[in-house]
Amino acid sequence: MQTRKKYIFLTFLASWLLLFFFGGDQLRHFAFFSGRKAKARRNWPHWTDRSLLKNFADPDELQRDGDLSLLSPRERRAAWLSVSKSSRCRMETCFDFSRCEKHGFKVFTYPQERGQPISESYGKILSSIERSRYHTANPEEACLFILSIDTLDRDHLSGQYVRNVDEKIRSFPLWNGGRNHLIFNLYSGTWPNYTGDLGFDIGQAILAKASFDTESFRPGFDVSIPLFSKDHPQRGGERGWLYQDSVPPKKKYLLVFKGKRYLTGIGSGTRNALHHIHNGKDIISLTTCKHGKDWEKHKDTRCDKDNVDYEKFDYQELLHNSTFCIVPRGRRLGSFRFLEALQAACIPVLLSDGWELPFAEAIDWGKAAVVGSERLLLQIPSAVRCMHPERVLAFQQQTQFLWDAYFSSVDKIVHTTLEIIKDRLSPHRSRSRFLWNALPGGLLVLPDFSTHPGEFPFYYLQHGSSPSKKFTAFIRAVSPAGSLSQPILRLIQAVSGSQYCAQILVLWSCEKPPPPIGKWPQTSVPLTIIQGRRKLSDRFFPFEAIQTDAVLSLDEHTSLSTSEVDFAFVVWRSFPERIVGFPTQSHFWDPEQGRWGYTSKWTNELSIVLTAAAFYHRYYHSLFTEYLPAGLRELVDGLAACEDILMNVLVAAVTKLPPIKVTQRKQQKEVVAQQAQCRDGAAGTRPPGQRSPSAPHSAPAKMKGTARSGRFSQRQDCLNQLADWFGYMPLVSSQLRLDPVLFKDQVSVLRKKYPRLEKP
Amino acid sequence: IMCASAKYNTRGPALIPRMKTKHRIYYITLFSIVLLGLIATGMFQFWPHSIESSSDWTVEKRSVHDVPVVKLPADSPIPERGDLSCRMHTCFDVYRCGFNPKNKIKVYIYSLKKYVDEYGTSVSNTISREYNELLTAISDSEFYTDDVTRACLFVPSIDVLNQNALRIKETAQALAQLSRWDRGTNHLLFNMLPGGPPDYNTALDVPRDRALLAGGGFSTWTYRQGYDVSIPVYSPLSGEVDLPERGPGPRRYFILSSQMALHPEYRLELEALQAENGESVLILDKCTNLSDGVPAVRKRCYKNQVFDYPQVLQESTFCVVLRGARLGQAVLSDVLQAGCVPVIIADSYILPFSEVLDWKRASVVIPEEKMPEMYSILQSIPQRQIEEMQRQARWFWEAYFRSMKAIALATLQIINDRIYPYAAISYEEWNDPPAVKWSSVSNPLFLPLIPPQSQGFTAIVLTYDRVESLFRVITEVSKVPSLSKLLVVWNNQNKNPPEDSLWPKIRVPLKVVRTAENKLSNRFFPYDEIETEAVLAIDDDIIMLTSDELQFGYEVWREFPDRLVGYPGRLHLWDHEMNKWKYESEWTNEVSMVLTGAAFYHKYFNYLYTYKMPGDIKNWVDAHMNCEDIAMNFLVANVTGKSVIKVTPRKKFKCPECTAIDGLSLDQTHMVERSECINKFASVFGTMPLKVVEHRADPVLYKDDFPEKLKSFPNIGSL
Repeated sequence: MQTRKKYIFLTFLASWLLLFFFGGDQLRHFAFFSGRKAKARRNWPHWTDRSLLKNFADPDELQRDGDLSLLSPRERRAAWLSVSKSSRCRMETCFDFSRCEKHGFKVFTYPQERGQPISESYGKILSSIERSRYHTANPEEACLFILSIDTLDRDHLSGQYVRNVDEKIRSFPLWNGGRNHLIFNLYSGTWPNYTGDLGFDIGQAILAKASFDTESFRPGFDVSIPLFSKDHPQRGGERGWLYQDSVPPKKKYLLVFKGKRYLTGIGSGTRNALHHIHNGKDIISLTTCKHGKDWEKHKDTRCDKDNVDYEKFDYQELLHNSTFCIVPRGRRLGSFRFLEALQAACIPVLLSDGWELPFAEAIDWGKAAVVGSERLLLQIPSAVRCMHPERVLAFQQQTQFLWDAYFSSVDKIVHTTLEIIKDRLSPHRSRSRFLWNALPGGLLVLPDFSTHPGEFPFYYLQHGSSPSKKFTAFIRAVSPAGSLSQPILRLIQAVSGSQYCAQILVLWSCEKPPPPIGKWPQTSVPLTIIQGRRKLSDRFFPFEAIQTDAVLSLDEHTSLSTSEVDFAFVVWRSFPERIVGFPTQSHFWDPEQGRWGYTSKWTNELSIVLTAAAFYHRYYHSLFTEYLPAGLRELVDGLAACEDILMNVLVAAVTKLPPIKVTQRKQQKEVVAQQAQCRDGAAGTRPPGQRSPSAPHSAPAKMKGTARSGRFSQRQDCLNQLADWFGYMPLVSSQLRLDPVLFKDQVSVLRKKYPRLEKP
Repeated sequence: IMCASAKYNTRGPALIPRMKTKHRIYYITLFSIVLLGLIATGMFQFWPHSIESSSDWTVEKRSVHDVPVVKLPADSPIPERGDLSCRMHTCFDVYRCGFNPKNKIKVYIYSLKKYVDEYGTSVSNTISREYNELLTAISDSEFYTDDVTRACLFVPSIDVLNQNALRIKETAQALAQLSRWDRGTNHLLFNMLPGGPPDYNTALDVPRDRALLAGGGFSTWTYRQGYDVSIPVYSPLSGEVDLPERGPGPRRYFILSSQMALHPEYRLELEALQAENGESVLILDKCTNLSDGVPAVRKRCYKNQVFDYPQVLQESTFCVVLRGARLGQAVLSDVLQAGCVPVIIADSYILPFSEVLDWKRASVVIPEEKMPEMYSILQSIPQRQIEEMQRQARWFWEAYFRSMKAIALATLQIINDRIYPYAAISYEEWNDPPAVKWSSVSNPLFLPLIPPQSQGFTAIVLTYDRVESLFRVITEVSKVPSLSKLLVVWNNQNKNPPEDSLWPKIRVPLKVVRTAENKLSNRFFPYDEIETEAVLAIDDDIIMLTSDELQFGYEVWREFPDRLVGYPGRLHLWDHEMNKWKYESEWTNEVSMVLTGAAFYHKYFNYLYTYKMPGDIKNWVDAHMNCEDIAMNFLVANVTGKSVIKVTPRKKFKCPECTAIDGLSLDQTHMVERSECINKFASVFGTMPLKVVEHRADPVLYKDDFPEKLKSFPNIGSL
């Protein structure tokens, strides 16, 4: 009975289904035919005679391209120069390239006039320029001119507004209609419409301005800079706040905003609408009406509640704990909040239509910020929610990279501005967009060295290439006598024995001429002698002769074996952006003296690899010589043993990573730590603290305590001066050493690739 | 229908066995009928459809000459001239584009009409071949919609590619009477040859109000950045001539100029260059004495020598692209096609697709003033870079120049990226040639961060039922100072974990996660309980690692947070006899993998392992209950391009006493299986990502002659 019921039921079901299928289909067919016309996609027709259609232009017309006889290119260019209005300025019409040809890119700052008040921020900008390697005190040499008049705040209601700028400018003999001048500005225009008006005629000067709008921005000519506060540090700058990479982002909030709204006037629309996306959970969007003196006059119905909610959250707390931060326009297009969000690794969601983003000529903001549209505010929550966690992670890291590379100090902002302008002078020697947007950033990549990513130590992985398989040994020789010392002979033998050695260069840093070529040992690789200028910084000069990616920097007294060299080079190829070497030292913060200390004692940590025996990329020679300002190199030349610390500091500042120590056969710290100089003298008797570039040292074993401590205090001084110049201590410590895989293992020596490293 | 039938079929078999045979037959018949019905339905669905569409086809199969004619009255409105201040936020109506889950704009194409003036004279050629190709490409693309009400962007079918082929005022009138014109809002015009004699404007002269212009010869003064799109001037030779890609490298000539119509001033300068540098510079001109029938556009001459064009472009490293009357030149396309690096000399020219393409990687831009220095400028470019530029030039042509389709789609994509910026195509996707995309690595943890030590690490112990050993591991690991949490992944579904009171008492939180299935991949799941970046994966039988060793491992991981940091190392080798990869567990001088029986790594890799493992590797590992560690090594190396870090001399996990090499003497099949894993994974990844290194990390003072007491990590075990 049961089963039969089931059967009947099933039959019923089956026939019903059948009916449904056929009947339904029939029904659908009716709909199909009637609705067909509307529903079918009407594509662009395939014309029967499409193959007979005429070309848009005759091939001959394309190749000949119009009548040429009409305007001579030279005349056309001359015409540009004469008629161009300042609003239509471009580099080729308003900038005199010829000024930059002879002396290169040199920047002149007008001398400051007495009684001329200068805001803190403008003071920082000027000193950044004066600290830069492009600065010149001679206007004749200059390619770019910077006014001493503070033009940062051009809101005439502001206390820092400088009056009669026009008159002052016209009295400058160098002004020349503003040609080749760069004018900095943070605030322009005033209430109620905050236009781009500066209150004086900038003529043909380049404008580096915050809150630039795309309409008045002269592409390829002006520079958009970020708005920064007067507390923005001169140099160094704070780190970003991201110290943890997590996926999915483990932040409390998804999207936050906390700020004023204006109720009326320009920019109020955007901020007044922000409350719509507030959900009280992961999206916090708070506004206060308390703004200006008479806000209560314009107060609307929401104000009271908004003001109460506003006080419930702390701005800093929100900034730290959110994945995305809304950065809406204020009265002007840019706001402090932009840099704040960037530093906090809170991905900026920009709601500022028509804002020419800071340094957009160089920076690809699409990798670090969400450029929203003011009109589509309501789409923002779903858009950011849908972003993939990996993308969010990449954006967060990119904010930190950009912050640190271009924004964290006034120095960086100003130098980025200068580099962008410099890149325009010779387009073929400029940074590609890739170089600007990949670590370590455009400021640390010198296009004069190369414009090819494969020649720098930073991009091997992204570029899919690897460093060259050979190295150049670079020995600094200071033999006092006319003959060669035993150590250098041994060193040349050991190094030339390496299968990876391409050539040996000897930098002869003595007054006496080097021994004749016949006295040098016979080597399987070419040996070249370069006459140096006896400056310590000379050892990091980018000599033409260095053609391999890797440089093995050596001192005459260094003692190394071939296996040590081989192993260290193989390690370097895994870490081409770092210094890889043997003897190491470390720095530490000395809280008692309130300064950096330095030790060469055996420690469990290291942060400096002595360049008396170290591999590094040849690019660091260029960076050392061309990136660092001359003043810093002079400092190094003045101190007896500072140049290798500077090199370490430089590389650490670039990579943010510690150097790498590799196994050394026997400890020879005492030997290689010496910066021996020419002219054998009263070794070790020189009183401590005496700063002489030619402080003589010789056979290191003979070193006495006083000289040693003198050297120490010099190195310590050096460390502290460098930390001061960089604005922070770039050195990073490491706790490890890299050894061969089977190092000192209890296995047969025959199995080991580097058995000699273990010999006592 | 598909869903319904599937449901029915799966339910069917379960019912049938319980019935008698007679009934069974009956039901089988019944179901067959249903099934037949289904098939029939399917047939009905498809047959008439295709018949119908082909009938539509015939309707659409018509000639361009049959399109409706529209007469424009002389006084019909003319749009305003182009508004130079237009930007997306001022002149573009984004509300039309709406929120769109696919993040694709919808593009509508007006149907083709023939426009005539009052006297019946046509306004322009109805449509050119190229514009028809362009519209066909849009129509075939994902952007297309035929629903004018849903469209975000409108493309008129009025052909304005060549300004010289149209009547300006009447064309403008034709635009103005388009059904959705609305001052040109959201309308996109394509133009390649703008301006006309004598001054050759750099943008289309047809008044077009707010319409966007995809133009082929913009100067910085007419180009509205972020609004207009700069496009190439299409060269018909792209379609006609097949120039096979030539490997990068030095060419016969260093600099070549192939343009026929050069201003005499330029030609003089080029000839001066040639005089100075001899045969490496070749300045070609039109041929004067060609026999009839030879197309002049395909020949170039130098004195009496005749060269085939564009083939001759492949003979030179650099090819000069000088401005003519217009800034945009079709020769740029030919030059790129030939893989010749363009030397662009056209002040103020906005290069094609400059909003997204990085032209510094494919070309050299030289200011007109600096023409005399061209030779020395080009000589200063390193050979490696030239070769890359040659490849890049060819890639730009292939991707963005070769057809009207490529040009149309790139233009639409650029506009799309502006409207959905959070879904925009990245710089790398636009610019990297496929070979670079393939060989380059973009590390997801690219920022050099040294995680703070205070964060500590989370130890994850995967266990099945070895409780005693597990407890020993827990006790040992808990001694490591930086341990912040211990997570036990209980992979045994048949047995409950021991009671809370039985677990060892340790100073950090201990959590037990029970899994639904006994799978190896459970060890690599990104559990919410993992709050630190660092994860220590450790087997439930690894008891010989000392606290110093583990702490040191953690410190090493902090210095290399994007790598696998582990103890025993392994190596992959190429077996030349068998022609495949081989797994090696001998004590070698090299390392390319570390075992995850005890290894530190970033939690992010758990996420990648669980959700982004390529191919079927994850399931394969779970099914074979082996090689999860090799899979992890592959994954990390592939995504970061970096090697593992082996720490300390530790060589073995199992049996600390015995000196025999594990694997070799114990389990030959195990080794074979591991080798198979490597081969399998290498084929899934399409490459061998593992990196071989010769170093391991030891504490700075390891084995140094120095008091052990003063060493940070004195207790480093051996072997």
